[in-house]
Amino acid sequence: MTSFFTYRFGLPYGWAWTLATLMDILLIALPLMLAVAMIIYADRKIWAAMALRRGPNVVGPLGLLQSFADGLKVFLQETIIPSAANKTLFLIAPIITFTVALIVWAVVPFDARAALADINVGLLYVLAASSLGVYGIILAGWSSNSKYPFFSAIRAAAQMVSYEVAIGFVLISIVLWSGSFNLTNIVEAQKGVLGTPVNGFFLNPLLFPMAVVFFISSLAETQRAPFDLTEAESELVAGYQTEYSSMSFALYWLGEYANVILMCALNATLFWGGYLPPFDWAPLYVVPGIIWLFIKILVFFFLFSWVKATVPRYRYDQLMRLGWKIFLPLSLFWVFLISGVLMMTRVGTECAPENRVYTKQYLYDDGRPRYPTDGVCQAARVNQLEKRS
Amino acid sequence: MATVGKAQSPRTLPPTHLTVKRRTDSEGPQKTVIQALAFYLFAAIVIASAALTITSRNPVHAVLWLILAFFNAAGLMVLVGAEFIAMLLVIVYVGAVAVLFLFVVMMLNIDFAELRAGFARYAAIGAVFAVGLAAEIMLAFGAWSAGKIELARRAAPTPDTISNIQALGMVLYTRYLFVFEGAGLVLLVAMIGAIVLTHRERSGSRKQNISRQNARRPQDATRNTQPTVGAGVEL
Repeated sequence: MTSFFTYRFGLPYGWAWTLATLMDILLIALPLMLAVAMIIYADRKIWAAMALRRGPNVVGPLGLLQSFADGLKVFLQETIIPSAANKTLFLIAPIITFTVALIVWAVVPFDARAALADINVGLLYVLAASSLGVYGIILAGWSSNSKYPFFSAIRAAAQMVSYEVAIGFVLISIVLWSGSFNLTNIVEAQKGVLGTPVNGFFLNPLLFPMAVVFFISSLAETQRAPFDLTEAESELVAGYQTEYSSMSFALYWLGEYANVILMCALNATLFWGGYLPPFDWAPLYVVPGIIWLFIKILVFFFLFSWVKATVPRYRYDQLMRLGWKIFLPLSLFWVFLISGVLMMTRVGTECAPENRVYTKQYLYDDGRPRYPTDGVCQAARVNQLEKRS
Repeated sequence: MATVGKAQSPRTLPPTHLTVKRRTDSEGPQKTVIQALAFYLFAAIVIASAALTITSRNPVHAVLWLILAFFNAAGLMVLVGAEFIAMLLVIVYVGAVAVLFLFVVMMLNIDFAELRAGFARYAAIGAVFAVGLAAEIMLAFGAWSAGKIELARRAAPTPDTISNIQALGMVLYTRYLFVFEGAGLVLLVAMIGAIVLTHRERSGSRKQNISRQNARRPQDATRNTQPTVGAGVEL
């Protein structure tokens, strides 16, 4: 799109780039908002179907416009700010939640090289941005100056920090296997796993347990049932949202579901082939990658709703036990296991001196390396990539 | 699409993408303008929020300003091309350390006015520390700008041919392996220390043993009785 602005309107590169990026951001954010509205409707419908109810069916055909009606309703409501609340933080908190839910989408690849920011630390960016989500909740709980929101905030903080550890290890095993932090490279590395025509790391018996851990952790990370202790209505009224009303409440709503869709997209991208079709078969590549990604997101969202409709809420100590005593040791052990397997199968070939790439500051002025054993073996890496795919 | 840092493309993609495109000044003056604007924005926010961290009266606000400072420092690091360090800064400090700070500060309700009461008493010692730290920063900067090798280093904060993470891993796991593992060991000791200090064996608490619960059958836990009227059951 940068070139579009450069050539069509004769803009200089810098401004064309800025404009193009802004357009890209809108192209992601606006459909995402629409998707959130529809996914809330889907969530309610699936939940209703599993409880043998009808679900929303009044506004619009089949109740399709229910979410928009709800949005309009909260928009017209009065914004109530508790007099004892810390006003600034009280208003900033939902904005943080909402923004954080949006910014992670910058690195999600919708097709080959079709990510807003195709950065080489994409996975770390995901981890960094998702760890910010907790601030929206903590601040809401604290600034409300009310007991239930505060309890909820403390629960949320502990829960998210706990499960992030397991998620971190799961991501490391993915990075080890695919040899890159870049999300597009990770998806490309899933082409035809282990010589089979199936696209997706889930088929790899070493990575499948991690896929399960990641799915459960993503439920915990988004505070969905059965880990929705932060808004356990029988104990904490509505949790950290108790004091919120009108648009600030709606922002939480939107942010929460945007996060859920994001986690579905990450599950799909990291383990189930992302924008790749399910099978490495040429005719399937005719369908654009974004369609495949979208289908996978919807399948995962159905799983999320299924879990919500069927599994009872965990007790808090059970939640902590699962995070710290089961997932953490398991994923840590798995990182060791995977790196061990990779050590045996991929690494270990002697690197020829001409293949070594050195950092500039470790070279003498005439270009000789100061420490000849340092340096990344570039050619060997390329060979490995070829061997794998 | 925008490319921050370098993205290494897999072999299967079209060759046009294989060339690594770095953000350089050669891409036009406008890009440099945007970078400069971003730099001054981030730098100004870092300094302002650092100042507000030490001056704000409410400790929770202080922590939040600190988080903002961390965040913008990460932005500065992205600008100089150290995206890996930037992400680690956000993950470790903003995502974990500051959350715990905030947690503690919210729970403790520290009265800063009380802490400030001893200001005059400790001012002299504080000044000594401040002068010492300032001298250290000066020395570090002096060493940084002196010598031919250092100048070359400054010109190449990140290597052009390999990614940030590889470059770091290359030196960390070869030249500085023992220092790196030593740092890891220190962290492990700190972790064990924290556990030892806070762990206490609570007697009388009824812990849940899930495998025992699952192994329990109705016949272990119940028995059928036929008590006569008014007799009750022996437990």
